[in-house]
Amino acid sequence: MQIDRRRFVAGTLALGVPSLARAQGAGPIRIGEINSYTAQPAFLKPYRQGWELAQDQINAAGGVLGRKLETVFRDDAGKPEDAVRHAADLVTAGKVDIIAGGFLSNVGLALADYARQNKRLYVASEPLADALVWSQGNRYTFRLRPSTYMQAAMLVEEAAKLPAKKWAIVAPNYEYGQSAVKWFKELLLKARPDVTFVAEQFPALGRIDAGATVQALEAAKPEAIFNVTFAVDLANFVRAGNTRGLFEGRNVVSMLTGEPEYLDTLGAETPEGWIITGYPHADLQTPEHVRFRDAYKAKYGDYPRLGSIVGYETVKAIAAALAKAGTTDNEKLVDAFEGLSFGSAFGPVEFRKIDHQSTLGAYVGKSALRDGKGVMVDWSYRDGAKYLPSDDEVRKLRPGA
Amino acid sequence: MLDLVLTQTLNGLASASSLFLVACGLSIIFGVTRIVNFAHGSLYMLGGYLAFTLVTWLGPAAPIGFWGGVVLAVVLTGFVGALIEVLILRRIYQAPELFQLLATFGVVLMVQDIALAAWGPEDKLGPRAPGLRSFVILFDSRFPSYELFLIAVGPVVLGLIWLLFHRTRWGVLIRAATQDREMVGALGVDQRLLFTSVFAFGAALAGLGGALQLPREAINLHMDLSMIAEAFVVVVVGGLGSVAGAYLAAVLIGVLHAFGILILPKITLVLVFLVMAAVLIVRPHGLLGKAGAEPRGAAGGLFLLSPADGGAKAFGAVALGLLVLAPLAVPDHLILTLTDLTIFAVFAASLHLLMGPGGIISFGHAAYFGLGAYGAALAVKWLGASMEPALVAAPLMAGVAGAIFGWFCVRLSGVYLAMLTLAFAQIAWATAFQWVELTGGDNGILGVWPSAWAASATAFYYLALAIAVLVVLALRVIIFAPFGYALRAGRDSPLRAEAIGLDVGRLQWAGFIVAAVAAGIAGGLFAFSKGSVFPTYMGIPRSVDALLMVLLGGVQTVAGPVVGAFAYMGLNEQLMKLTAYWRFVLGLSIVLLVVLFPRGLVGTWLYWRARRAAA
Repeated sequence: MQIDRRRFVAGTLALGVPSLARAQGAGPIRIGEINSYTAQPAFLKPYRQGWELAQDQINAAGGVLGRKLETVFRDDAGKPEDAVRHAADLVTAGKVDIIAGGFLSNVGLALADYARQNKRLYVASEPLADALVWSQGNRYTFRLRPSTYMQAAMLVEEAAKLPAKKWAIVAPNYEYGQSAVKWFKELLLKARPDVTFVAEQFPALGRIDAGATVQALEAAKPEAIFNVTFAVDLANFVRAGNTRGLFEGRNVVSMLTGEPEYLDTLGAETPEGWIITGYPHADLQTPEHVRFRDAYKAKYGDYPRLGSIVGYETVKAIAAALAKAGTTDNEKLVDAFEGLSFGSAFGPVEFRKIDHQSTLGAYVGKSALRDGKGVMVDWSYRDGAKYLPSDDEVRKLRPGA
Repeated sequence: MLDLVLTQTLNGLASASSLFLVACGLSIIFGVTRIVNFAHGSLYMLGGYLAFTLVTWLGPAAPIGFWGGVVLAVVLTGFVGALIEVLILRRIYQAPELFQLLATFGVVLMVQDIALAAWGPEDKLGPRAPGLRSFVILFDSRFPSYELFLIAVGPVVLGLIWLLFHRTRWGVLIRAATQDREMVGALGVDQRLLFTSVFAFGAALAGLGGALQLPREAINLHMDLSMIAEAFVVVVVGGLGSVAGAYLAAVLIGVLHAFGILILPKITLVLVFLVMAAVLIVRPHGLLGKAGAEPRGAAGGLFLLSPADGGAKAFGAVALGLLVLAPLAVPDHLILTLTDLTIFAVFAASLHLLMGPGGIISFGHAAYFGLGAYGAALAVKWLGASMEPALVAAPLMAGVAGAIFGWFCVRLSGVYLAMLTLAFAQIAWATAFQWVELTGGDNGILGVWPSAWAASATAFYYLALAIAVLVVLALRVIIFAPFGYALRAGRDSPLRAEAIGLDVGRLQWAGFIVAAVAAGIAGGLFAFSKGSVFPTYMGIPRSVDALLMVLLGGVQTVAGPVVGAFAYMGLNEQLMKLTAYWRFVLGLSIVLLVVLFPRGLVGTWLYWRARRAAA
């Protein structure tokens, strides 16, 4: 009986009857957002700004289900155990309806496991680990950003077109670096059985000894390089590579380098002609993106970074799911997220029912210098839906899918 | 191949330069003031940021602008160092030596937020140095001129410091103070000025190290901690207080890195610490260090550890009663917090056994906490064990590690011993991090949840509380048993202890194993409270947490670590919720607590009570 009534209420809400919505709970809908703010400020400051922009826009338009959105931000300082502590605190104190966030893969996985154990919806915004939706995937976890696999697959498509046969690899020595390398090798060898990998360097994350690493790569005389380093490792690697001529006459294929967060740091040092994934914020003129960029600039007086997009779209996705479910009921929200589609600044996105991965894509292009600054040129959008394995393969990767 | 060997050697020498500058400043400060300056990495980072700003402002293209900026940055960093010494450290020279480490750790936290606020979150890639932008051809490959310049900086600075120490009055005084600072004071030298100038000089060297990285590496907010760990290694491998030793060790580590990349590209993380462990086992005072020139460690407090009197016992009983009744009154989310605090209290108490009665400082105590957690998690993952047997696996694994690590560690003393514990902790950490097949690496082991009966927050809280009370009481019994007194004898006078037939080494080894077992129990509980285990459980920050808890509570009290755990971790957790600048506030709180309560919270309370009773 009770279920029937709930369904009835949900049904009417979906039709948009505001008076009933208020009857369900007049207070704001609260989201608990957990992220490594002090450990990864370069990405997460713009992320939080994007998040708050979306929330303000939604609230200015009357909120969702007639209620305002409100977010409790928590800093996990880069430690998964602290993230779990915050999640438990936010949920058991009854303060939040939804858990979201995560930057580091291990934080994302810890939160996803918490979500599974406690049957609470968790919307992973940034963590890239494939395990999040595959080997460790669960009913309660959904991920927005294109995963390591997807970005590697996008780059392999370009890498396979290069004449190079001898490849060298440089990647940070932790899960993200290792899995990016694993997929890149596997997919490239499938497309080009004639390539060989002649050198591999795995510097410790954030601790690259750039000169010696460049020298070791150079010694292997590769024809092309696959680079997974980012942030400060990337800057140090690029500077050492430039001063030692590592990139001259070689193709470089590089994860994440086109993100403004990293190109801005490289500045005049940006190497030209690398094949990169990223976000051409200044040149992307689709109406959806221009609307987003203008609003962002108006609010913060700064251009958006990729983090801004991720924060912004996470809130949009949550709002869309709330509207679809017509309730904040946890199980119904989870159902609503399965197959949820919404419009992002990059175009339409869907959260796949089969593995809870969104089809948000990425831009692939080339690095270039413009007025002493690094930019992306010759870019095109790669729809995430095209860079995911087939349903059969996903079923193998995700037990229970 | 020979070409590559030669260029990699040069690469190693170039990386060694900044490492040497930072480590040498650290070593000089330690030699004179006996301060283990945790904030030295922060000064290195400040040097980098200041140089970035000043060089950009003065004009990076002109040599005057660039080098002028570097020099100004060095002077300013020296000034910041003097400020830290005058404002904070000068007030606590009388406190036990580890308190100064605690205070400088507070400074680290504050500087992190100050740098974030002042320079923003983005990494800063500085300009290349004018005149040294290009490269030379060496052994058929390009070698940047700036790296050649850096290679020269090390020996030149080493030479200048030698001249300074041997040809100036100030230098002679510093060398004298390194040997015997009481004597220097007795001879009428103004120690305050000497200490401030030494601290400023060491800070300026760290600043120079940071500023010289500008054309080479991006300046970033993580420079402080990544440098400080390595600088400690260099100082210890070289021998405390030895400038030449610091250079030798920096070159050794730098070159090792460069070749590690060629030979063992995946384990560069742990290589440094393996070398440190090897050096300390073979040469217990570092390459060029001398025996005897080191502090007494945590001992030398004002109180002897004594059993609690009636008042303190009543106080403890009331506190325990409140903890038992807590679930009736407080909401579930606070019960979760209390569970964590209870577990940390066990962790702190386990370290206290070593630090207090044992006089052994462990910089790597998180190893046993983490290995306990992994013991439990591996039992769940690979053996399909449920919570109860997995909780037994935790102290077993930690105890075995304690037995192995402790066997090596008790052969050393003081800071060298502390650094060897750190090395072992880093080796354990790197193993968990890089043995992906077994541990899941960075992604950790998930799904370590309690059995059904203990799944609710309240049930698990009672489980943790019961175990915690048992462990803490057991540790207390051990401390006041003959074993505990023998441990204290070994701490206070190893010679006399040996003379009456105590085997000090064996006693300390047993202390290590007991402490490791207790820490392992805490780790196992923590694994089930969080549902997962990660390498961060045994990272350096968690070892620092343990030190802070014990020191804040008070080393020379049994209740200290428990109170310290509640105070420090509770403060930490509340601040993280309340403010985005929690690091600054936490750092400031630590500094204030250290300055106001140099005996720790419980220690100060006891002192105050004893004084009142005497009056």
